[in-house]
Amino acid sequence: MPEIAGTASVQPGVPPISWRRRITNHVMTGAAVLTVVLVLAPLVAIFGYLVYRGLGSINWAFLTQTPKPVGEPGGGMANAIVGSMLILGIASVIGVPFGIGAGIYLAEFGRNRFGTAIRFTADVLNGVPSIVIGIVAWAILVRGHGFSALAGGVALAIMMVPTICRTTEEMLLLVPQALREAAYGLGIPRWRTTLSITLRTATSGVITGVMLAFARVAGETAPLLFTALGNTFWNLRYDQPTAALPLQIYWYANSPYDDWHRQAWAGSFVLILLIVTAVAAVRYAVRRGTFGAA
Amino acid sequence: MPGPQPVEGTTVTSVPAQPASPLLKAPGGEIPDRIFKSGMTVCGLAVLGVLFLIVYELVAGSRLSWHAFGFKFFAGSDWNPVSEQFGALPFIYGTLVSSLVALLIAVPLAVGVAVFTTEMCPKKLRGPLSFFVELLAAIPSVIYGLWAIFILVPLLSGYVQPFLAKTLGWTGLFEGPPYGIGMLAAGIILAIMIVPIISSITREVLMVVPQHQREGVLALGATRWEMIRVGVLRNARAGILGGIILGLGRALGETMAVTMVIGNRPEIAKSLFAPGYTMASVLANEFSEATGDVYLSALVEIGLALFLVTIIVNALAQLLVWTVTRGQPARGHA
Repeated sequence: MPEIAGTASVQPGVPPISWRRRITNHVMTGAAVLTVVLVLAPLVAIFGYLVYRGLGSINWAFLTQTPKPVGEPGGGMANAIVGSMLILGIASVIGVPFGIGAGIYLAEFGRNRFGTAIRFTADVLNGVPSIVIGIVAWAILVRGHGFSALAGGVALAIMMVPTICRTTEEMLLLVPQALREAAYGLGIPRWRTTLSITLRTATSGVITGVMLAFARVAGETAPLLFTALGNTFWNLRYDQPTAALPLQIYWYANSPYDDWHRQAWAGSFVLILLIVTAVAAVRYAVRRGTFGAA
Repeated sequence: MPGPQPVEGTTVTSVPAQPASPLLKAPGGEIPDRIFKSGMTVCGLAVLGVLFLIVYELVAGSRLSWHAFGFKFFAGSDWNPVSEQFGALPFIYGTLVSSLVALLIAVPLAVGVAVFTTEMCPKKLRGPLSFFVELLAAIPSVIYGLWAIFILVPLLSGYVQPFLAKTLGWTGLFEGPPYGIGMLAAGIILAIMIVPIISSITREVLMVVPQHQREGVLALGATRWEMIRVGVLRNARAGILGGIILGLGRALGETMAVTMVIGNRPEIAKSLFAPGYTMASVLANEFSEATGDVYLSALVEIGLALFLVTIIVNALAQLLVWTVTRGQPARGHA
């Protein structure tokens, strides 16, 4: 906003702004600046500590070894890093196609009441607490079968779908209608138009939505507590309890051992790094890919 | 009901005045189209299906506990797995109080940040500032918890709580031993977590307020703050309220960070220094170790209650934000 408030008072014919109003104006401006400082302070503090404690705690053993027995210093979270990737892989394989499919439905066929119902459901699902989704995944896949990476992946997939669905829809709707009409005019069937022209044009936006969903579930702990459960050993099978980085951070943070606290910070740093790299890598690949295609 | 869009595939192939051209019946048209549409519809149905599945599993799972305790489940404060007596009141109380504390702290901050970014700061700063605030939303809950245990809690017990006890101890809200861990710590960490949600929605809503509204109020001789109060905030009330309720929904269901600092004791205490327990925390702590069908069923019933509360809160918020932004999803990021 330009400085209008100050100049108004000196114009002839305009009554001067009273001291009280002027001071209120300055006080409220000051208060708004203060809120920004207060909100950014924890952000700086969290990232600062994450880098300071995390970077100092990462070593080769942390990245390559499995956890040592309780109370023994040393060891690492290699199995948890791999376990997290396994669970997130399962989640993406299930969640991404369903999310994009639902988004296509909403954008291309869902301009009706049924579409509105799905839209509203997706937005509401977005707000369901993650621990409740954990209970449901437990009830379907764990009860009677045992804890597994698959159950954890399904829980995370359920959380990914609404986000992907809504961003995909938004991005597809941004594609100009004329592009679709041009394709129909050429006699290209509808499914082909949607997949090779509409979706293709919106690729980078859709991928951004996918990465948002991925970043959101990558740090999720609550839905894994009683689905993937965690594991102190290596596991690469989908039907066995699997370690995950967030779970490991949770246990180590609550433990009484200094060395485990150190590893919790290291784990958090790796987790953040994992999320940021995954997001950056995919966005980079997509940008290159779409430019290459165009 | 046919959609309002003119480009339905069928509309194109059946333009009335023209005889069907062979080109329009290109190979791979009709049947693949139908398959494609049903495939996408299945994906859309899956979204509805997931919601029904959640409701079904929660209702079916909590039936045992419902039959055993009925409405007393939500009024009783005795939680004893050994004697199989379950009352959820301490958890409901903990969830509500910690979320309320979070809202009291977060709302002024979030609205202030949104006002600053949309109305006050130079245009160049606007992008980076909202990016940094929304970065807060990208930090996993468990990392908030870790940070809270090792930095926030010592800070509270060492400086903030003694100060509060000295100045505001007479209210009864700030008394007892300053452990650091407890309701206050949970409220503060929740506040930090919901600020980005509330502020990003408030920012979106403020940007929808038409520019001439601001110019009109300024032309009447208002100062900038008066312009913001009368011309902007008053017009955006419904949307801001939607953002606040959405933040509340997130705070109610937040699990990990709260579990790590709230103290996990099922007691109802007036003081915010006292440890508490929330519905989400009790699930996180006890679900995987619960033995006995009634115990498990009681936990599922807590999950059902939590689900219903957050659904109602979120639906309300969605409707409020939808009325302002007209159909755009309300998210914690933008």
